[in-house]
Amino acid sequence: MSVTVARPGEVRHNYLNAGDTVRSWLLTTDHKRIAVLYLVSVTFFFMIGGLLAALIRLELLTPQGDLLTSENYNRVFTMHGVVMIFLFLIPVIPAVLGNFLVPLMVGARDLAFPRLNLASWYLYMAGGLIATWAMVTGGVDTGWTFYPPYSSSYSTSQVTLTIIGAFIIGFSSIATGINFIVTVHKMRAPGLTWFRLPLFIWAHYATSVIIVLGTPVVAITLLLVVVERVFRLGIFDPALGGDPILFQHLFWFYSHPAVYIMILPAMGVISEVVACFSRKRVFGYHFVAFSSVAIAVIGFLVWGHHMFTTGQSVYAGMAFSLLSFLVAVPSAVKVFNWTATMYKGTIDLRAPMLYVMGFLGLFVIGGLTGLFLAALATDVHLQDTYFVVAHFHYIMVGGTIFGYLAGLHFWWPKMTGRMYPEGIAKLAALIIFAGFNFTFLPQFVLGYLGMPRRYHWYPEEWQMLHVMSSAGAFLLGIGYLLPMLYLLWSLRNGALAGPNPWGATGLEWKTDSPPITHNFEETPIVTEEPYAYENHHEHEEVASGTGASTTET
Amino acid sequence: MVQEQAPQKLSIQFEDLHQQNESYIVGMWTFLVTEIMFFGAVFATYLVYRVVNQEAFWQAHRHLSVPLGFFNTCVLLTSSLTMALTVHYSQHGLRKQQLLFLLATMALAMTFLVVKGFEYHHKFVEGLVPGPNFHFEPAEYTRVAQLFFSLYFAMTGLHALHVAIGVLVMGVLAVLIAIRHPSVQDFIPVELVGLYWHFVDIVWIFLFPLLYLIPR
Repeated sequence: MSVTVARPGEVRHNYLNAGDTVRSWLLTTDHKRIAVLYLVSVTFFFMIGGLLAALIRLELLTPQGDLLTSENYNRVFTMHGVVMIFLFLIPVIPAVLGNFLVPLMVGARDLAFPRLNLASWYLYMAGGLIATWAMVTGGVDTGWTFYPPYSSSYSTSQVTLTIIGAFIIGFSSIATGINFIVTVHKMRAPGLTWFRLPLFIWAHYATSVIIVLGTPVVAITLLLVVVERVFRLGIFDPALGGDPILFQHLFWFYSHPAVYIMILPAMGVISEVVACFSRKRVFGYHFVAFSSVAIAVIGFLVWGHHMFTTGQSVYAGMAFSLLSFLVAVPSAVKVFNWTATMYKGTIDLRAPMLYVMGFLGLFVIGGLTGLFLAALATDVHLQDTYFVVAHFHYIMVGGTIFGYLAGLHFWWPKMTGRMYPEGIAKLAALIIFAGFNFTFLPQFVLGYLGMPRRYHWYPEEWQMLHVMSSAGAFLLGIGYLLPMLYLLWSLRNGALAGPNPWGATGLEWKTDSPPITHNFEETPIVTEEPYAYENHHEHEEVASGTGASTTET
Repeated sequence: MVQEQAPQKLSIQFEDLHQQNESYIVGMWTFLVTEIMFFGAVFATYLVYRVVNQEAFWQAHRHLSVPLGFFNTCVLLTSSLTMALTVHYSQHGLRKQQLLFLLATMALAMTFLVVKGFEYHHKFVEGLVPGPNFHFEPAEYTRVAQLFFSLYFAMTGLHALHVAIGVLVMGVLAVLIAIRHPSVQDFIPVELVGLYWHFVDIVWIFLFPLLYLIPR
């Protein structure tokens, strides 16, 4: 296995210079190139979603609806949700970092089904473009949840097209999920037992299980809505004896676990980064691994907490409330274990580690406010207010995006062979953290005071809080722009990284940066546990100790 | 038995043929899990509505033809047998028998679709397609009978779509076997199509009693 550092001027073979035609990118089956395709496309859709968010925050600067009409405001927040959830948050970490790293981390030459992997990107793009086409030709105004009868009988917007887009994107995630499951089961390098797998792999495995079990349910449910709109069948239509609440059950059966599809991969990233920059093995490896599985299992049993106030039985509500409290336990296990990993570690506050710290803070706030919403009585007050909006942004944005940015910076040297500029990266991390809290902390207060979500008119006494939130969003936008700029800059101007700039453990660091097309010169053999940072430390001490004793004699 | 298996092609990402074959099988089973969840959601929807509307669903189901449904059940069960035989002969590398039983499976699948087509046609003629022209006796059940037929068309339509996709896939497979394409030198592709086909049959095994055989 070659791990020599490239000398300046020397160009080694790697997956990036393996071909530079458009065709070599669009027809590639290399998981690393597909990850780069996804990186570019999710960034594109993130910018669209971000612009829509900017419109929302601009509108909310004033209590009157003066920038957008009510109809257009409905369209803007719906499309912000659809784009950010289906096209950004769900695919972002699995499709970019997961695609790049899963084969590297298990010591394989590629995913089990490389062509299926490429097909998943095409499905993603097809779904994304259909959704974009729907946006351009009139938008959609039902809220991202597509609740009937809004979405079936009462909306004249492009519901059908948008749903078809979401349906196709669902199949792209299913393809990725199947690929990860088979790869983890069947393609681990010799010696890489299940309990030697990096926690990133455990997290992605759990995520894939959720994708495979959940996505088909929402796919068929959305398809039934399309059938209802197009063929006038009446599956959720109360006029024909159908029940709109049933749609909500089926929708949240996927869409609550979807939150774990977003957050679990981020948790996988955090485990890798926190161990590397604390120079310690992850505290309670087995607990962190199994907590991912526990989240995947219990996550499927909590969907009813979205429906405490929508006519579900009280007893079902009580059961769902209890289970929602229960799903907080494995999440808390992870947070405690990451904190314990840092305890007495040699902490190096690089940019990825700053994102990890930010993640821990935001995830704790998001998680604890989730408990308010899981409690039946408080939820009656807080349901459909800005408290909910703030809560899920803390989890989905504070959790997923911070995890994503931590991972993107951490593995950027591996993906591109270049270091990002550390100083400005740290600054960006701080700006994003500050901007995020400025945006969403006031929304907890607004929600508690009774500001409903999805309204653009509000009483004047809430303007101060809304202005704070909008100002924070502006800061957050600047924070997001910075990494886009300096990461692009680093592609040409960053310092050469070498195979393992962080001195990290894990198979992905044992090959070149950027890796060669088939990842490893020869299949690696794994002989030790993951995160053996302390072992290597001891080896160094032992080595220097024997060195000292030899000079004495 | 004749063992005339040519060497299989090993894709670059795999270490050996054993790993490659197992990966394909595990991948297919994982895909079938997604299919189970896909149909599971409609089955759950149907069951919820049937529990709530026992009488109306019973009245509505009387308009389905049990003989035709039973005939189609027999057709699909037989097609599972012929598919199992296709896989069997494929494992033993017997090309002609393999092709014969694959074509038999396709013929049975198309028989199923034709019978289903006649059933749909009857529903159109009788005005049992949900929409403005829907009419149902006794009239008090018109509303929920529309729900029943909405679900009937959604569920059997989705299943028929899977049967049609199966026919297409089997057609491609038959052509590949006929021209001795290298990708079908081993039995794995046939095995994968077989798994899919048995799944499609099992869905019907649940659909038939759920829709056609509602007890009083």
